[in-house]
Amino acid sequence: MSTSSTNPAGGTDGRKAPAGERVADWADGRLGIYGLAKANMRKIFPDHWSFMLGEIALYSFIIIILTGVYLTLFFHPSMNEVEYHGSYVPMHGILMSEAYASTLDISFDVRGGLLIRQIHHWGAIVFLAAMLVHMMRVFFTGAFRKPREINWLFGFLLLVLGMFTGFTGYSLPDDLLSGTGVRFMEGAVLSVPIVGTYLSFFLFGGEFPGTDFVPRFFSIHVLLLPGIMLGLLVAHLILVFYHKHTQFPGAGKTNKNVVGMPLMPVYMAKAGGFFFLVFGVISAMAAIATINPIWALGPYRPDQVSTGAQPDWYMGFSEGLIRIMPGWEINLWGHTLVLGVFIPLMIFPLVLAAIAVYPFIESWVTGDKREHHILDRPRNAPTRTAFGAAWISLYWVLLIGGGNDLWATHFHMSINAITWFVRVGFFAVPVLTFIVTKRICLGLQRRDRDTVLHGRESGIIKRLPHGEFVEVHEPLGQEQLHALTQHHQYQPIEAGPVVDENGVERKRTMAEKLRAKLSQGYYGQDSQIPKPTVEEYQEITSGHGHH
Amino acid sequence: MSQTGSNKDVSEENLPSEQATAHEGAMGVPPRTKSLGEVADDPFADPGLPPHEPRVQDIDKRAAKRSERTVALLFTVSMLATVGFIASYVVLPIDKIVYVWPFGHISALNFALGLTLGLALFCIGAGAVHWARTLMSDEEHAQERHPIEAPPEVKAQVMADFKQGAEESGMGRRKLIRTTLFGALAMVPLSGVILLRDLGPLPEGKLRHTLWSKGKLLVNQNTNEPLRPEDVGVGSLTFAVPEGLEEDDHDFQKEVAKAALMIVRIQPEDIKDKRELDWSHEGIVAYSKICTHVGCPISLYEQQTHHVLCPCHQSTFDLSDGARVIFGPAGHALPQLRIGVNKDGYLEALGDFDEPVGPSFWERG
Ligand code: HEM
Ligand code: FES
Repeated sequence: MSTSSTNPAGGTDGRKAPAGERVADWADGRLGIYGLAKANMRKIFPDHWSFMLGEIALYSFIIIILTGVYLTLFFHPSMNEVEYHGSYVPMHGILMSEAYASTLDISFDVRGGLLIRQIHHWGAIVFLAAMLVHMMRVFFTGAFRKPREINWLFGFLLLVLGMFTGFTGYSLPDDLLSGTGVRFMEGAVLSVPIVGTYLSFFLFGGEFPGTDFVPRFFSIHVLLLPGIMLGLLVAHLILVFYHKHTQFPGAGKTNKNVVGMPLMPVYMAKAGGFFFLVFGVISAMAAIATINPIWALGPYRPDQVSTGAQPDWYMGFSEGLIRIMPGWEINLWGHTLVLGVFIPLMIFPLVLAAIAVYPFIESWVTGDKREHHILDRPRNAPTRTAFGAAWISLYWVLLIGGGNDLWATHFHMSINAITWFVRVGFFAVPVLTFIVTKRICLGLQRRDRDTVLHGRESGIIKRLPHGEFVEVHEPLGQEQLHALTQHHQYQPIEAGPVVDENGVERKRTMAEKLRAKLSQGYYGQDSQIPKPTVEEYQEITSGHGHH
Repeated sequence: MSQTGSNKDVSEENLPSEQATAHEGAMGVPPRTKSLGEVADDPFADPGLPPHEPRVQDIDKRAAKRSERTVALLFTVSMLATVGFIASYVVLPIDKIVYVWPFGHISALNFALGLTLGLALFCIGAGAVHWARTLMSDEEHAQERHPIEAPPEVKAQVMADFKQGAEESGMGRRKLIRTTLFGALAMVPLSGVILLRDLGPLPEGKLRHTLWSKGKLLVNQNTNEPLRPEDVGVGSLTFAVPEGLEEDDHDFQKEVAKAALMIVRIQPEDIKDKRELDWSHEGIVAYSKICTHVGCPISLYEQQTHHVLCPCHQSTFDLSDGARVIFGPAGHALPQLRIGVNKDGYLEALGDFDEPVGPSFWERG
């Protein structure tokens, strides 16, 4: 085999190198691929099912791009009115925009067009769901800690942009459902104080609906947002490679190593194969489950609507906000402040921002500047876990609010009752979820502590000589002992005055006081169960054998 | 205990109490070499990577062969499915609808194409994953991590280089150049902003006016005939548009988005709002159909109570009481159109709406 450049035309022994090797040599001379391959070909990746969530997001993005490009070949992003004469008989003679007519054509006249449309739409739904769940995995395991905060933000931006890309795509066919969604958006834009009407006129090229929004949304949907997302995605993946993947705690896994299997061959086969699995499943979904049957309701007309209109799930959250908000409107000095719409419009980004900035808040509270490559078990970070659970619960409450009419009709409840439930729930449910989750975490920590000190319950009942029944506890192996005790426990910051290095006392600033408060909340007595120390363990195990 | 080389920044007060103990394990790859005596000191210490456990396929040649055949079978099924895809594309007519339990009546072509494509893709994936799991080495390896932070020497070098570069540029000394450069860079994006001006016209009064004006007939949206009072029965909701607005007008969508009207007949004695009664004709009242929340068209009418409901977010308006909001997120009543009857006995508008229809906005007042 050729290993050096002394004999470029062939192997060192004078024979010609195989063709593949010669191609690789050629490329290396121009791209330096051997250097890249050396660093990456046998790169180690740890294995865990939850690490596949991000992969699902990645693969569905690729699937969406492939199918999206196919759709552009047939879709006409135009709002010119045409009379329909295609294959779908019930629509014959109806006036509609070219966008809608071409979507009907894709569905009824292009063989396989319907399949690709449905793969595109199912792909979008899977994409956003995968991103959200992936983000939750990162959140609950603390994978966002240093050095990965920036990658957390990249991922967050991908989620937000994905929502907007989905929304603009949903609007393109210009059918009754999507038009209703666009109208909702226009109404929300109008509510913005001072500049609302201007924004709306600039967005729609005049009054709603006008004839511009489909072509405009089209370039946003197929070019602007996917372009930005592609850039972010590449940056996201480069950082994953650069930082190396995090791993769960366990025997042999330290903060300074990464344990797993090499990219080539195992992960190339697994990850490559997984792409096909995801693509296969989404194709099968598109085969058996109709999504967005745009032909069912007809083209958009601003004076027509269907009942039970629902956005895709990732927008159901904003739908909930807008539905439960009381219709506050303030008229002052000839101006109107449309709080009933504007407040929900503002809460939406605020709720998203809350999760986005969380890593920075936590690192400020801990003051920890070290790198973290070993994941937390969620129970060992009760406050964080409780915060994440509360955030998700808010999402669910609003999702329920977004479907209030469906709940009412399916379960024969009054809309009024549901609305009030969601209004109260908006404030109460996250708080309750926070408290309950934190308690569960502490309970689990306590159990871990007991397991370490007293061993695992074996299920075997033993009768002692004096007649008492006890359960035999099996001591843990060292692997488990290590896994259950390896995590760090932060100590809370004391709230008293600070003494600087010269021994001078100084009052704490407001920020420092707040930080000390938060630190107490995070790591104070009620917020974590001290993990067993070696001394405690040895005292119990070396002493009497009675558990 | 140099954990990552960067922990020097952690303030003493909240360092993990036991950080200095051996919990972190040895650096790099900690193999299982510790003797039991050593382990006894710290029962929680990292025992190192467990030894590799071979799979059946690693020991039993026949099992490995079986795996190989499974993988090959999956790849073969994929090929067959692709052939099936092509065959479906050629054979099945695009408009054939079939009944497939439990999915109902669905397009045969879509079903066949989707399933064959799905199968072809899935089998490649399943084959590859099975191959990786059963036949490729599953031995775990450990690789070292290196701190992301640059070592101090590198940082010092970079700072020095930067300083030299900055000095050579004269950026710091030549204030005039610096200031004007920043000015120019700050101003040039303005051109881009200016260019956005023609995205749309200014709102001006456009949202305040609709096609309605004095004398315009109310045209039934379904029959396209002008409405007479007798056409409006008790208990039904009639939709109307202004005369002269045709579906193929180029601005039909925009105009109908503001002018759409709903008409009901209420016993005059049931009308609670004085102005509403004044603006009605023999109990026939005309209201904007566009919800004042975010603009959905209202479509549901409850004839006993004269409530109308917007299907989008359930705002409910009482048409017998000035269309005030009785439930839901809408912020104000639906605008009413003043109507009468012309000399030929047709319903006509007596002017435009006296307030903007649809969602609220800042200038609405
Ligand atoms: C990256 C995230 C993307 C998401 C979440 C997304 C989502 C969607 C959704 C939900 C629809 C509505 C489909 C329907 O039910 O009719 C749609 C339509 C469409 N998308 Fe995308 N899309 C994405 C990227 C792309 C890209 C990259 C392209 C093209 C290069 C594209 C091209 C199209 C076209 C042409 C339509 C309209 C055709 C139709 O509705 O049948 N999309 N998109
Ligand atoms: S648009 Fe009518 S209730 Fe929201």
